[in-house]
Amino acid sequence: MWTIIEQIFPYAIVFTIPLLITALGGLFSERSGVVNIGLDGLMIFGAFAAALTINALQGTIPNHNLVLWIGVLAGAVMGMIFSLLHAFASINLNANQIISGTAINMIAGALTVFLARNMTGSGNIRITSGFFPTDVPVLSSIPVIGDLFFTRTYPTTWFILLVLLISAFVLFKTKTGLRLRSCGEFPQAAEAAGVNVRKIRYLGVILSGAFSGLGGAIIIVTYAGEFTGNVSGLGFLALAALIFGQWKPLGILAATLFFGFATTVANVSSVIPELSAIPPIFLKIFPYVVTLIALVIFSKSSQAPKAAGEPFDSGKR
Amino acid sequence: MRNTIISLIAVLFGLIAGGLLMLFIGSNPFEGYLYLFQGGLKNISRFGDTLATATPLIFTGLSVAFAFRTGLFNIGASGQVLIGGLLATAVGLTFDWSRPFLLLVMILVGFLGGALWALIPGVLKARFNVHEVVSTIMMNWVAYWTVYYVVPGYFKGEFLETESRKLPDEATLRTPFLTDLFQGSYINIGLFLGVIAVIVIGFIINKTTLGFELKAVGFNRHAAEYAGMRVNSNIVLSMLISGGLAGLGGVAMYTGNATSMQIGILPSQGFDGIAVALLGANSPIGVFFAAVFFGILYSGTGFMNAMTEIPPEIANTIIAIIIYFAATSILIERLLNKLKKRRTNSTAVKKEEV
Amino acid sequence: MEYVVEMLNIRKEFPGIVANDNVTLTLKKGEIHALLGENGAGKSTLMGVLFGMYQPEQGMIKVNGEQVQITNPNVANRLGIGMVHQHFKLVENFTVTENIILGNEPLKSGVVLDIHSAAKRIEELSKYYGLNVDPHAKIEDISVGMQQRVEIMKMLFREADVLIFDEPTAVLTPSEIDELMNIMKNLIKEGKSIIIITHKLKEIKAVADRCTVIRRGKYIGTVDVAETSEASLAEMMVGRHVSFKVDKEESKPGELVLEIDSLSVKNNRKVMGLKNFSLSVRKGEIVGVAGVEGNGQSELVEAITGLRKVESGKILFNGEDITNLPVRTRIEKGIAHIPEDRQKRGLVLDYTLQSNMVLEVYKKPPFSKHGLLNLSAMKEYAKNIIEKFDVRSGEGEVSIARTLSGGNQQKAIIGRELELDPDLLIAVQPTRGLDVGSIEYIHKRLIEHRDRGKAVLLISLELDEVLQLSDRIAAINNGELIGIVNASETNENEVGLMMAGVSKERSV
Repeated sequence: MWTIIEQIFPYAIVFTIPLLITALGGLFSERSGVVNIGLDGLMIFGAFAAALTINALQGTIPNHNLVLWIGVLAGAVMGMIFSLLHAFASINLNANQIISGTAINMIAGALTVFLARNMTGSGNIRITSGFFPTDVPVLSSIPVIGDLFFTRTYPTTWFILLVLLISAFVLFKTKTGLRLRSCGEFPQAAEAAGVNVRKIRYLGVILSGAFSGLGGAIIIVTYAGEFTGNVSGLGFLALAALIFGQWKPLGILAATLFFGFATTVANVSSVIPELSAIPPIFLKIFPYVVTLIALVIFSKSSQAPKAAGEPFDSGKR
Repeated sequence: MRNTIISLIAVLFGLIAGGLLMLFIGSNPFEGYLYLFQGGLKNISRFGDTLATATPLIFTGLSVAFAFRTGLFNIGASGQVLIGGLLATAVGLTFDWSRPFLLLVMILVGFLGGALWALIPGVLKARFNVHEVVSTIMMNWVAYWTVYYVVPGYFKGEFLETESRKLPDEATLRTPFLTDLFQGSYINIGLFLGVIAVIVIGFIINKTTLGFELKAVGFNRHAAEYAGMRVNSNIVLSMLISGGLAGLGGVAMYTGNATSMQIGILPSQGFDGIAVALLGANSPIGVFFAAVFFGILYSGTGFMNAMTEIPPEIANTIIAIIIYFAATSILIERLLNKLKKRRTNSTAVKKEEV
Repeated sequence: MEYVVEMLNIRKEFPGIVANDNVTLTLKKGEIHALLGENGAGKSTLMGVLFGMYQPEQGMIKVNGEQVQITNPNVANRLGIGMVHQHFKLVENFTVTENIILGNEPLKSGVVLDIHSAAKRIEELSKYYGLNVDPHAKIEDISVGMQQRVEIMKMLFREADVLIFDEPTAVLTPSEIDELMNIMKNLIKEGKSIIIITHKLKEIKAVADRCTVIRRGKYIGTVDVAETSEASLAEMMVGRHVSFKVDKEESKPGELVLEIDSLSVKNNRKVMGLKNFSLSVRKGEIVGVAGVEGNGQSELVEAITGLRKVESGKILFNGEDITNLPVRTRIEKGIAHIPEDRQKRGLVLDYTLQSNMVLEVYKKPPFSKHGLLNLSAMKEYAKNIIEKFDVRSGEGEVSIARTLSGGNQQKAIIGRELELDPDLLIAVQPTRGLDVGSIEYIHKRLIEHRDRGKAVLLISLELDEVLQLSDRIAAINNGELIGIVNASETNENEVGLMMAGVSKERSV
């Protein structure tokens, strides 16, 4: 049992991290009052930008890791740019946020393959290699914990965990965080207090774009190695994690870890003797079913930001 | 009237954006569109293919539009298409009945399958107020994996692991009459089912007490509740009908347009249904025309891709951009208002001059 | 005498309407100035201009003698102007401190919120002005009265000198109103100046020094409160002689129509909102329920109409036990309901007037048969109601309900309910937000319904309305029945005390 956990732990973490950062992005957007179901599409944009950039730069610069980080950055930037479409529609035009998010998903799926096919003919973009998992010096020799947490880790993992900590701090301990949260709970009160609701909501949506783009890019440089036109619906799973985690950073960490483990277990079940007895279909649908159950359990006490999804009607009594 | 104009303008903007994209990759947009529309309409066989491509979209468009009217977002049409198609295919491959009876059962089972798949999100929404966007997306993936394992498990194809067995001719919606009429196209009676569905749904929405109630619940569930309407049952009923319609789309897709099911695909027709519903302004007739238009776009990309360097994904891209414009239709409305003001000013000036 | 604020010749337009037409209001230092007008006269708009929420098309504003442009609430704050809103702008799951510092946050080392020193300052201010506010409580856990004091604190924290109160007493109990008056007097003593927006003449007489009256957007005049009677204030407000007395004969109560027996109902927070409540209503009488908002009235009405489950107790209608019957059945048995929120519960705003008029009866012939709608029958029915009840609209029965004015929307709802000729009509806040003309009309119709031998249960937050219309009055406080009195044998003070929970020995 323990060896199984040891074995699958790094894979689970690798799967968790893109989910985590994307869900964090969704957190900022929804906490500011804008529902963003286009996270999946923004991840696709991020994956595309990363694959494209790395593919273009690989070989030209001796430091391959630097190329990879540039690719990751490109992913974040592309996510930000396309999130502006959603921001403009939702905030300036008071469009229906679900529809706008769906449009983003559709545009991402189509446009990226369109451009990729134009460049490579097959619609997929390969990169020579991603980050290599390494052991953290010193810490990896600690018994038990060292093996679990500090061996065979990716640098991006530590980066994202840092982002998580900073996000939690900003959200709850700074004035920007206070203002952001007020815009998601009761924007009319924020406005009366002199907060620029529009600006804050733009910030929330742009952050969701940057973070989702990061998520997509990290998939490329850690376990995928190739852009294939979609991210297997991970963006939607991130949305579910956001709700499961009840809109709190730590809750999201727990929820995404859960999904990471569940999916990894489903993927490797055939190889592990104890698990191969369970029909694979159950393992595959397990995360989704559990989410449905969690949605029901949390429905009564939902901590959703009260004004999320409602167009801001300035001056409403 | 207003809605139609806005939809048409959204289409225009989308096509212009598509043209710009074609330019961006170094192709000639006029050539590109020429081949695109030729590909969809050039001869009767191609036209038949266009209509056939449009048929599942009619169903998913109706499905999403119907749900929208009652205030619900059915993003789960893809999963409902899969389950409807799966059950119909299963019946078609398993039973040996007379053709009319077999087809009837397949259609019924497809409707029920889709309806059942939408039942869970419906009940969750009605009883627990779980937002249907997330629950339907979850159901999509459960459907995906269900098909992924059930098809190779029970209905495995002879040559490919990733496909089901082919349906025998009697168990498909294809008829020699139509195939000959349209000179080899894969059009089938799914189209007539689609037209019937449009008429029936339109009738329900506008002329029946059921439609009256569902619309009231969609507009304002509080007032509906206060007036004595059973809001929770209506929500569930609406999802059932919506899911059933999408299920019929699955029947059209997998036993009409194709004659086997492939695994590992979440049908884009489900999401396109959202586009069709939006463009058709959630009205059954609008859905019909929007679906046909998308049918032309999808159908024609093959020919266009053969004659030019333009990748076939241009169709999805154009559709996605049209949706974005339809979602932000307020912009278009403002533009129209500005144009109207300018015209009345200029006629006023002209009058003065005279 | 120096003017602290001068609003001169203000004109503010919205699409299709002139909300303020050449209005002038001046505020002296250290005075309490009332702004009086009917619902919809333009008072909140004028103050919105002063607070920077709207920009006037014409006119000028001077603060302490200097002309200023107040482009947004931040500018207003900087000029020392603060507003205590009628509908509180407080974030429910934030603490008192977080709400007060929002937009004006003190920081430690440039980045971190300094909650600790903010809380300390709030405590000090609270003691100084006698406000009694707990900095660490969450808004959703404190009383309405304390919430209002938090709104006041917001302004004092930003060192406002001019405080605008928008209909401050609408949500307070009579004793909380007295507290508020004292707080206002304290604020004046400390050198603040106050504008109070209201339509309640008694309160103006109680605290204000001067009063500016506006009617339908136009400036009528500014008077010295001490030298002006309530009657003349009323006449300036409405434009004609207003008799606040309602003309009605003695009621002749008949058989029992509604009997509520020890009803207990849970509210949205899972606690008992209504506790062992008992009440009866007979044919030919109007029973009024007096109480401050949020004391169980909604739970009572929802239990009777079937919108909320009952925990214990019984409801008998014409002798029959309806406690667990569905809404539609109760409507068919003869209970009609004018809801307190006409836009949320009363109308489907995106439907036509015609569709709205048959919202409860569309399933019955002649409006439908075998599930098919009979549109022409619906049209006739709607036209009839529109004529009978003088509902004014742009396009008659095909107008979209959203396009009607508040008063006409309410008339349409009342018409729809009265047309059902119900044995019991429940009217909740039937005249909220309406102009005096509509109010008089609706009062007349309610009395008419009673005179035809039907029963009316009136729930209203306006004590005057309850006193005038009702034959008997029940006072509710904290979900409990405090007492029932005959309207002719009681007065405002007695009912006010009961509303605050002080019970009487006698009960009728």
